[in-house]
Amino acid sequence: MLHFRTVKLGTKSLLLHPMRSLLTVLGIFIGVASVIWLLAIGEGISKEAQRQIEDLGAENIIIRSIQPPDESGGNFRQITAFGVTRNESKLINDTISTVKRVLPIRELKQKFAYTGNPNVKPIDGRLVGCTSDYAEVTRLEIDRGHFLTTREVELNRPVCVIAARLADKLFPSEDPLNKQIYLPEKKELFKIVGVLKHRNATAAIGGSLAAQDFSLDIYIPVTTMRARMTDQESKRSGGSFSTKLFELSQITVQVKSADDVPRTAELVEATLRQNDPNRQDISVVVPYELLEQAKTTRLMFMMFMGLIAAISLIVGGIGIMNIMLATVTERTREIGIRRALGGKQRDIVLQFLVETITLSIVGGITGILMGLLCPVAVDVSRWGLEYFAPQLYASLPEVARVMRPTIVPISIPVAFGISVVVGVFFGLYPAVRAAQLDPIEALRHE
Amino acid sequence: MSETSTRMAAVIRDLQKHYVLKSETVRALRGVSFEVPEGDYVAIMGPSGSGKSTLLNLLGCLDQPTHGSFLLGGDDVARMTDDELSTIRASRIGFVFQSYNLIAQLSVVENIEVPLYYMGNLNAESRKRSIELAKMVGLGERLDHRPTQLSGGQQQRVAIARSLVNDPYFILADEATGNLDSVTTEEILALFQRLNDEGKTIIMVTHEDEVAEHAKRVIRLRDGEIQFDKPVEGRKVFTAKQIQEIAHNADVASHGAD
Ligand SMILES: Nc1ncnc2c1ncn2[C@@H]1O[C@H](COP(=O)(O)OP(=O)(O)O)[C@@H](O)[C@H]1O
Ligand SMILES: [Mg+2]
Repeated sequence: MLHFRTVKLGTKSLLLHPMRSLLTVLGIFIGVASVIWLLAIGEGISKEAQRQIEDLGAENIIIRSIQPPDESGGNFRQITAFGVTRNESKLINDTISTVKRVLPIRELKQKFAYTGNPNVKPIDGRLVGCTSDYAEVTRLEIDRGHFLTTREVELNRPVCVIAARLADKLFPSEDPLNKQIYLPEKKELFKIVGVLKHRNATAAIGGSLAAQDFSLDIYIPVTTMRARMTDQESKRSGGSFSTKLFELSQITVQVKSADDVPRTAELVEATLRQNDPNRQDISVVVPYELLEQAKTTRLMFMMFMGLIAAISLIVGGIGIMNIMLATVTERTREIGIRRALGGKQRDIVLQFLVETITLSIVGGITGILMGLLCPVAVDVSRWGLEYFAPQLYASLPEVARVMRPTIVPISIPVAFGISVVVGVFFGLYPAVRAAQLDPIEALRHE
Repeated sequence: MSETSTRMAAVIRDLQKHYVLKSETVRALRGVSFEVPEGDYVAIMGPSGSGKSTLLNLLGCLDQPTHGSFLLGGDDVARMTDDELSTIRASRIGFVFQSYNLIAQLSVVENIEVPLYYMGNLNAESRKRSIELAKMVGLGERLDHRPTQLSGGQQQRVAIARSLVNDPYFILADEATGNLDSVTTEEILALFQRLNDEGKTIIMVTHEDEVAEHAKRVIRLRDGEIQFDKPVEGRKVFTAKQIQEIAHNADVASHGAD
């Protein structure tokens, strides 16, 4: 029978030594808060990683062209084409039934200039030749104007769509729409038909897929790029001259349903490697698989965090047990009095259990409140770091800067439950020891 | 028990208690028999080591005899489990200890209520009863005080109120005046007499003749046996007027202490 009086008495006994009780509570408080914090931060990080992978599109398969390392070593290098080709792109599109569409993409590093404003210097950016589907598949959103149309692609029009940050830099005070962008290296002009909204960068995935920034991109029809710039790209860097020959930088294969991705990926690889199984100039990236991996990693991460938190709770529990053993010794006489006045052994057990459970529940509840502050605390500390140590802040990994701690809802009842269990578990032994004292001996205790 | 004879608060037959130690067996009680009728006022005396505490522990159901029987209201305590003994202690025995033994965290009323708490009988009515008992021992205005805020005599009066709360078969007082000065001792003894006059049974252990003189009967132990068991000759009795006066003085003293 748990009487209100028992709880009241327990509280009174604990308040007899406020400092001691506070320190004991602190152990559980830290344990519970750390459970919630670690899980929230873990969840935040993995959510962010997952988002970045999802940005690549779970239903996409990405084939990147890779320039093989220069093996000739001499000046008279034979220029050989590398990478995925337009034919292969068409083959995949036409022969694999689960493929919805294939996006050919060709990327070049370029300088972009706007001749209408003499104050603006040319900017290094990325010229992307693509088709009209690119915006949808890459989740680019248009701010003003329109993205490249099918018609503009078919007709090799000299038009372009520019990324938000590039627009801000090249046109600080003007409306970029319908202005001409000049490419000094190619001596070409493109008319701006659309401006994009800002878009977050995607993560780098392994060595095969670099992080994509998108913020300094210009998109033109891939057909226009081919017609005006050919497949050969020459660059002068320092004193030497380098030339590379490639049709496409990437094809993005969009699969009809995400479930078909693993099967389709195999077929795509088989198609691309049918002539040369050891082909080195392409790499196939399957975000869907990465996503699955990320989920497994997340689970392991959570388990690891949970383990750390569990250890800290056990430490807190041992603190409770330690204090309660001391308390039992100290209150031996009280136990004797209570036994003499009719307290049964289980009454004594209950009395001391109520005290440990009260301690651990107070620790649990305050710990939960502290845990709920995690997102705020992370924001504040990021802000503080950015303000007082900007360089340190900048050196943080992207994930640490953008991830939002996400309180895992289940962690709250779990943390609370665990704190109660810790109270019972670590309180039971001292309580039973108290109850088993001989009443006569206990009464004689000084 | 027959209806016509005096009802017995306790009946003890050939009670023995042996402590088995490694090297020897201590025979603390070697066969003690007596009866305590309701309304009796018994002083148990004897030199140190004669078995007084051992006997008191048995009477208080804190311990069980090695041999013999102890009948409380018709039940033999010697055959009871620990829980049953606890229930008896909570419901039918009133303890008064030498060192008061109040619980520090609890107020005066709450201390008085402890046996009821363990009987599971706490309610508004029991609270009323506890308050009345506190008033009866002259502490009606200190219901919310903590033991540390009270003098020794006041604490002992709280303990006496507590011993009465469960309407016990008898009050067991173990050197109840041992820690008190002579004035306060008188005060407690006057209270005991008043309770006894009202019909309460009291069994007390003492080594002081002046204290024992207030009882109706003395049982003297020696080496675990009863040396004699006889009525007190020339018993000291407080008159009603004295009792009133002592209670009044105690009241004044306790108010003066504020
Ligand atoms: N728990 C015990 N274990 C062993 N011997 C004990 C114990 N309690 C009492 N005794 C012994 O029993 C005898 C009676 O002791 P006690 O009842 O305490 O006497 P009193 O209270 O009259 O001084 C003594 O010899 C004492 O040493
Ligand atoms: Mg003794």
